[in-house]
Amino acid sequence: MTEYVLAHMWYFIVGFCAIAYVVLDGFDLGVGMLSIGNKKDEERRLFLNAIGPVWDGNEVWLVVFGGALFAGFPDVYATIFSSFYDLVMMFLAALIFRAVAIEFRSKHPGARWRSVWDYVFAIASFGIAFGLGLVLGNLVQGIPLSAEGDFVGKTKDFFQPYSLLIGCLSVSLFLMHGAIFLVMKTDGELHDRLRKWALRCMALFFFFYFVATCATLIYMPFMANRMRQMPWIGLLALAAFLFFFSIPKLFAKGKDAWAFLFSCFGIASLIGLFGVGTYPTLVRSSISPDHKSLTIVNSSSSLLTLKVLMIVVLIGIPLVIGYGLYIYRVFRGKVKLDASSY
Amino acid sequence: MDTVILSRIQFALTSSFHYFYPPLSIGLGLMLVFFEGMYLRTNNVLYKTIAQFWMKVFGLTFALGVATGLVQLFGFGTNWARYSRFVGDVFGSALGAEGVFAFFLEAGFIGIMLFGWERVSKKMHYLATILVAIGSHFSAVWIVVANSWMQTPAGYKIVGEGSEAKAVVTDFWQMVCNPSALDRLTHVILGCWLSGAFLILSVSAYYMLKQRHGNFARICMKSGLLFAGIVLILQLISADSTARGVSVNQPIKLAAMEGVYKTAPYTPLGIIGWVDSEQEQVHALRIPGLLSFLVYHNVDTPVRGLQEFPKDEWPNVPVLFQTYHLMIMMWGAMCLAVLAACYAWRKKKLEKAKWVLRFLVVSVVFPAFANLSGWYTAEMGRQPWVVYKLLRTKDGVSPSIVASQVATSIIMLICIYSLLFVLFLYLLNRKIQHGPDGEPGEKGAELEYRNPYGSM
Repeated sequence: MTEYVLAHMWYFIVGFCAIAYVVLDGFDLGVGMLSIGNKKDEERRLFLNAIGPVWDGNEVWLVVFGGALFAGFPDVYATIFSSFYDLVMMFLAALIFRAVAIEFRSKHPGARWRSVWDYVFAIASFGIAFGLGLVLGNLVQGIPLSAEGDFVGKTKDFFQPYSLLIGCLSVSLFLMHGAIFLVMKTDGELHDRLRKWALRCMALFFFFYFVATCATLIYMPFMANRMRQMPWIGLLALAAFLFFFSIPKLFAKGKDAWAFLFSCFGIASLIGLFGVGTYPTLVRSSISPDHKSLTIVNSSSSLLTLKVLMIVVLIGIPLVIGYGLYIYRVFRGKVKLDASSY
Repeated sequence: MDTVILSRIQFALTSSFHYFYPPLSIGLGLMLVFFEGMYLRTNNVLYKTIAQFWMKVFGLTFALGVATGLVQLFGFGTNWARYSRFVGDVFGSALGAEGVFAFFLEAGFIGIMLFGWERVSKKMHYLATILVAIGSHFSAVWIVVANSWMQTPAGYKIVGEGSEAKAVVTDFWQMVCNPSALDRLTHVILGCWLSGAFLILSVSAYYMLKQRHGNFARICMKSGLLFAGIVLILQLISADSTARGVSVNQPIKLAAMEGVYKTAPYTPLGIIGWVDSEQEQVHALRIPGLLSFLVYHNVDTPVRGLQEFPKDEWPNVPVLFQTYHLMIMMWGAMCLAVLAACYAWRKKKLEKAKWVLRFLVVSVVFPAFANLSGWYTAEMGRQPWVVYKLLRTKDGVSPSIVASQVATSIIMLICIYSLLFVLFLYLLNRKIQHGPDGEPGEKGAELEYRNPYGSM
């Protein structure tokens, strides 16, 4: 296989890791933001334990995404993380605080102790969710890159209206995703209450989804170029739309698990649309998009490294998915608190 | 200060904090396999109690390992963009393998190990424990391989020139099995096992001092002593092999570690002292000819001194001398602790030998310091290179970052990591004070086990 083909395959794998991370950790983040909506300690614990056995594994997809990017596209990895230096540092702080909050809130029965950690949990989750959207928005817009691929801008330039909008979109998306997940994982009075929350989160998401779609088409017209060339790609946009709009219907019929699954598919389609719109660019240079951008071909690793990576993935990913599903099966069903809970 | 110095400080800071937790996970992981295996074999509930107690500690160290490890993963890209571009092709495949094979194994099955006692069969649970332990060991494999490549590059070619230059893999297995990889991996893993063993020894000794959880403490003490004793001997063999590897692959590093400036026969081995780098002299208690003997198995073969190499390729000799000798002293202290405990045990007086027990309680810091100082020796001994003889550290830093950004992030990281460390100690102490759950023959334990968070 040629380097061109392998680099593209690796591009899909990195994309897959990104989707896996956002779909899986997305509901953790949503649950985190929603947890302070509860007043009762036991309900907050139920929320926490709904994600308890899996959040750690979900976060690992971020590690794998980072590793996959470093491995296959070292230039992109180096450029993105050094350009977004301040945001990355804050993002890391939020990730650490979330982990600490989850681990530590139940270690001590004091009401104040728990309340402080609950707020840390919620704020950190919000920060991560917003940060992801902010970075994505900037990657759509493009960032100023020098000839060597080094960032020549300032951190404050990342806070443009479009990027902020994408940040809001991702927050509302994860709120909805997390709420649906919680509906699926609870029962009784809490379950019915969460249903109402989920509907409100959906309304919020649809608002931002609409605004963000319009903004992208108006201000980032290049995102639709490929669709004009190959209209069948528009099916992906349609799919995203259909996935999201069937969620309320499935919800009304009480098919919670299906609603959750469709929310996952919807997220995957949205990331797919980002990929289609930016292809073949990985980091768009706002100074000279056609010449200085990092693309799949000009930033990929060597043929041998890509081959080794492909072997690792062919052996490893089926295993990971296999036992990942097994673990979800072991912990399937409604959350119950027992001796080993958080 | 410029971004190079600041970025080095930041990397040293984040690595030191990170390198505190994974060794504990790796060492404890192995002990868990042993304890739970004994439970399956003997059906003695005490072993289950022991395994469950250390699993909770494992869960704590693992969570902190992941949180601090994320900073490490992104730290290459944020502060060392040029370096990342240079090594990406080499580093990438190792890191990819680590992510897929090690991290998922560990993070996936830790859920079953910690929360799955009631949900899966005994054998399946044991399998999960074994997989977690394997995962934790795998995670050491790939990062040490990648780091060893930075010490002794192999299986690559250089493509491009100047700031565009990068290393490209030409032979994957040659890259993985680079000259220092096996020695260093063994050395690191053994160091991790010592961390786990001494944590167990320390806690057992504490219980013996307080006369609590007698059966638990005795079994843990016995297993810990046996394990630590064996590993300390293995570590000596590994150290010998590693040091001789350094003498071949990185002679400057070895010379700096011992403060050998002039090449001369009967090269001495320092025990304790300091280096005067201005006068290029070592003021130390030294055994003549021992370094020559250790390296060449011959007392009069000279070890090459620093003066044979260009001065701009010397690492920081006084610091390296100290970190290297601190590591050895820590090994000595660990041996002393194990020997004293074994002696008291044979005399059947261990549980009353207060001073021996107190020494064992503090001994938990020895492997931690040994691991850290050993790592400093390895990393600072490579300076001024980030990739030995290929890329200087100052050429590896991100061009787009400014000193104030790095200074801010250092302050932020110091605050977060201090908080993490305090909480880690607090929670570890709580677990230790709470003690093992449901130990047979201890009143009240059963009741507490059912309702661990009193307030519910």
